[in-house]
Amino acid sequence: MNKWLEKHSRASYIIGYVLSLALTLNAFALAATGASMTEGMAWTLVGLAVLQIAVQVLFFLHIGREERPRWNSMAFVTMIFVVLFIVVGSIWVMNSLNYNMTDHETIETMIQDEGIRH
Amino acid sequence: MSMTANEQMHDNLTVSLGFWIYLMTDCLLFASLFATYAVLTGGTAGSVSGRQIFDIGFVLTETILLLTSSMTSGLAYVEARAGRRNRSLVYLAITIALGASFLVMELSEFSHLVSEGYGWQVSAFLSAFFTLVGTHGLHIASGLIWALTLVVLIMKRGLTHDTTKKLMLFTLFWHFLDVIWICIFTFVYAFGVLS
Repeated sequence: MNKWLEKHSRASYIIGYVLSLALTLNAFALAATGASMTEGMAWTLVGLAVLQIAVQVLFFLHIGREERPRWNSMAFVTMIFVVLFIVVGSIWVMNSLNYNMTDHETIETMIQDEGIRH
Repeated sequence: MSMTANEQMHDNLTVSLGFWIYLMTDCLLFASLFATYAVLTGGTAGSVSGRQIFDIGFVLTETILLLTSSMTSGLAYVEARAGRRNRSLVYLAITIALGASFLVMELSEFSHLVSEGYGWQVSAFLSAFFTLVGTHGLHIASGLIWALTLVVLIMKRGLTHDTTKKLMLFTLFWHFLDVIWICIFTFVYAFGVLS
């Protein structure tokens, strides 16, 4: 295993390529069904993407194989955290905004449409 | 320009760390664009959603082209390290050809969408889509220019310490762009055609 992950080894690129291709084809097969999205399908797609990113990070970018101190790996882990904060945080905040900060007029219209007295 | 082996190693480590940090910050740029896309993906302004305009088979071809070019760029560096100049150049040429085909496919998708009346000005969803995928395409275009200059450089100067180092940085950049593309394939196209 360690030999395949070695930097500058031809085998690491070929193995990484085959694994990535297999994962891509799986994601494609799921997407090509054209079904409507269920939670299970969404998580399967996310799982396939995360696996493929892991494959390429290990076999193509060779993270974690550099000499100590591992500055590259540290920068990489920091980046992952910041990316998660930006993406998950934005989606969370913006969804809550739509829910909590609907403007007054829309709420009035909704109340009228629903026939609620207040 | 004569460095000892030790100096060369130190030089490599510093330069590759610096370039690596650039790539990590570039990831943050893409993270912001992905977040924007995720937030605006429902904002279709009464026009089309992803399901109606994405052709997942077409995108699969693009994905395979880019993935293959990512591998061949790595092989170009493996050959360069082994001092095999011609083989390295052949792999680099294949990388450029595959990357250029990817870019041509992407541009034809864009021009098709615009000609159908689904340009970036139509809705928040389309603006976010063109910005995210277009920024990746712009990176690919710069990578192709970079790779072409490397071909000229290696043909002129051969595989020196300097040109090999430049080739290594290019392969890092190119692998990085493929990782970004996996996210675009999954979160833009696969999620788009299913939702």
